[in-house]
Amino acid sequence: MEKQPLLTIRGLRIEGRSGDAWHEIVKGVDLTLHKGEVLGLIGESGAGKSTIGLAAMGFARDGCRISGGSILFDGIDLRAVPEAERRALRGKRIAYVAQSAAASFNPAHKLIDQYCEGPVVHGVMPREKAEADAVELYRRMRLPNPEEIGFRYPHQVSGGQLQRAMTAMAMSCRPDLIIFDEPTTALDVTTQIEVLAAIRDIVRQFGTAAIYITHDLAVVAQMADRIKVLLRGDEVEEADTRSMLTAPREEYTRSLWAVRSFARAEQPPATGTPVVSVRGVTAGYGAVDVLKDVSFDIHARRTVAVVGESGSGKSTAARVITGLLVPRKGEVLFNGKALPPNFKARSRAELRQCQMIYQMADTALNPKLRLRELIGRPAEMYLGLKGKALESRIRDLLALIELEPDTYIDRLPGELSGGQKQRIGIARALAAEPQLIICDEVTSALDQIVQEGILKLLDRLQSELNLAYMFITHDLATVKAIADEVVVMQQGVVVERGPKTELFGRPHEAYTDLLLSSVPEMDPDWLNRLLASRGEHA
Amino acid sequence: MQILLAVIIGLALFFAIGLASRATLRGLAPAHLVPTFRDMPLTASFGLAVILIYVVVSVLAPVLAPFGESEVMGAQYLPWAAPYHLGTDKLGRDMLTRLIYGARNTVGIAFATTALAFVVGTVLGIWAALVGGWLDQTLSRIVDALMAIPALIFSLLLLTIFGTSVLSLILVIAAVDATRVYRLARSVAQGIVVMDYIEAARLRGEGMWRLIRREILPNAMAPLVAEFGLRFCFVFLAISALSFLGLGIKPPTADWGSMVRENATLITFGDVTPLLPAGAIALLTVAVNFVVDWQLHRASGLKE
Repeated sequence: MEKQPLLTIRGLRIEGRSGDAWHEIVKGVDLTLHKGEVLGLIGESGAGKSTIGLAAMGFARDGCRISGGSILFDGIDLRAVPEAERRALRGKRIAYVAQSAAASFNPAHKLIDQYCEGPVVHGVMPREKAEADAVELYRRMRLPNPEEIGFRYPHQVSGGQLQRAMTAMAMSCRPDLIIFDEPTTALDVTTQIEVLAAIRDIVRQFGTAAIYITHDLAVVAQMADRIKVLLRGDEVEEADTRSMLTAPREEYTRSLWAVRSFARAEQPPATGTPVVSVRGVTAGYGAVDVLKDVSFDIHARRTVAVVGESGSGKSTAARVITGLLVPRKGEVLFNGKALPPNFKARSRAELRQCQMIYQMADTALNPKLRLRELIGRPAEMYLGLKGKALESRIRDLLALIELEPDTYIDRLPGELSGGQKQRIGIARALAAEPQLIICDEVTSALDQIVQEGILKLLDRLQSELNLAYMFITHDLATVKAIADEVVVMQQGVVVERGPKTELFGRPHEAYTDLLLSSVPEMDPDWLNRLLASRGEHA
Repeated sequence: MQILLAVIIGLALFFAIGLASRATLRGLAPAHLVPTFRDMPLTASFGLAVILIYVVVSVLAPVLAPFGESEVMGAQYLPWAAPYHLGTDKLGRDMLTRLIYGARNTVGIAFATTALAFVVGTVLGIWAALVGGWLDQTLSRIVDALMAIPALIFSLLLLTIFGTSVLSLILVIAAVDATRVYRLARSVAQGIVVMDYIEAARLRGEGMWRLIRREILPNAMAPLVAEFGLRFCFVFLAISALSFLGLGIKPPTADWGSMVRENATLITFGDVTPLLPAGAIALLTVAVNFVVDWQLHRASGLKE
């Protein structure tokens, strides 16, 4: 049976502009999508996934242009028809769900007003009917209080709920095709499951075709019928999900599959005075206690992972250690000596010992300073290095984080990739020659191959430089890879803590269990099994 | 027909000056600045060339000017003919001479004033945003109170109190203008101080001055530079207005603002001479804004 495909892309070429020159970012990609089918697009950042996703709507981002190939949507040539006709299709027959729902909703309008805009503008249904329809779809997306949630503003709704509201909005005109651009990347694991399940159900119920863009293989395995792997704007291979997972043909695909295999050698239990010891800390903002009687130790050459959902107080614990937040009760000991609670009261030597690496390298590096100064400044300040000595120290640090000193020393952060920026963040922390480095979600903004590189680098540096790490994350795969000890936090309380092997091995607290079981696995049946088992227990 | 000719000559001059200065800059620039000048638009190179000419003229005024600044040469309102190439003014002083000296006085004072206003306003504004709390409140409310008084009346008041020397003129206009700069710098800096890199710098134990100068200022440059272009032009107007009221630059010192006023009578006779100083101000304003636009484009990272 040879059906007419819904979307046919042939030889798609897209160029991006840098300075005055145009260079190709998508190099002749073919894509066929039938009605009701879900195609997963995966690849590292810069592979052109999102660009292809947008091109499926006949759209090219600012600074990009579609330079070749054809895009046929249900017999309409999207490149040939006038812009007005393309606009009529968008939102009505082709919808788009963006990565960050929080940034994509208009903060000034209620959710339901934004929902109704599409159907009313496209003349699909009148306003009253659209409102009733919104409630129905909110219910199907399993949003709490479907009757009234639409009357809230985006900031009054959690991230996971927003992402579902946005999917409901994309469904408002019952489109033939939805493009999901990394819809769960910014969510933590427990929320991700709910969103994934809701998206999958609604796509199946309406028989909508979808392009699902992600860099997370385990996620795409749950969602897609077929998977296409991309590398630097070129197709690597395409196959249906099961055969792709069991028998990838290409070397590159296999390397993608193997990413999660990195694991740190097991360490003997730590002894002696811990580098940092958090003792019975209660702290918070205003009247609210975000941390309640939190205690844990971090030893030299050990990595302690602090795990929990967003809002569990992980980052607040880091702020107490660095002295940005003065605790109401309790204290922080450094090598057995109490630290002044406020960082302003700490001496330079004390400040030097504890460095931080931030989640968003984009905002953590001053965009107007060159790498020379970004990395050199802590060395100059704390170690009093000048002139030649400083220069050679900067070069050593760059070499340490595996960046070629001559090429990079005079660059600005804007001229680096995401992974390279994060490496600069690490180098800046190392430049102070600290004993403790706090890593606040350092890998969550990066895709998996880059993540693995950063984790390996951190691991190597730890054994070379005797560092202690406090590793804040919500990603349990990362914890399994790098941690020696794990502290599980929920709503400001330490639920459980202990060595990694012990914690993952034995039966644990219900909350730890929930976190652990929520980490997506590469098995395409994982989500079904998980939902089934949770359904039984519930 | 004449207008058309003037437009053509004007455009030709614009391209000639722009292209020539761009070529010269490329030839003379040190190696690491060559890419900067290579991408420079024609407007910016024209602007730079004009500013450069003004600077040279004001520095070399005594050499270039054919006569003394306030020397009475002959009859009043003489037509354009040698040795008075641009005629004479209402007291019989040489127009060209006074135009050249005017560049020195007007441009010098305007530049000093704007620069002072920016240094004071920017540093205080960023400082307030960085420290916050009572310091921010105190400074901001003082600035609010100062801004509530109309600028001209306030400068009149201050000038009457402190007397009308060139120095007090600079200080007074700078003080009034600094309040505007403060507001801008503070609001821009407030968006920057919440960034992680500022937190990182604070945690590193950086001092206040370093935070302002190296961490915040480079990121606040784009709007400040744009504001500089605008303020610079406003200061001209303020000086002319004050001169008109007799509290600005005192006669017989040559100043473009007062030169227009003094010779305004000639306009009624269809003579363009009194408009020459006005044209000089206009040309400089345009040139400054061309350069500012270019810097803005670069600083805002549109190029990257």
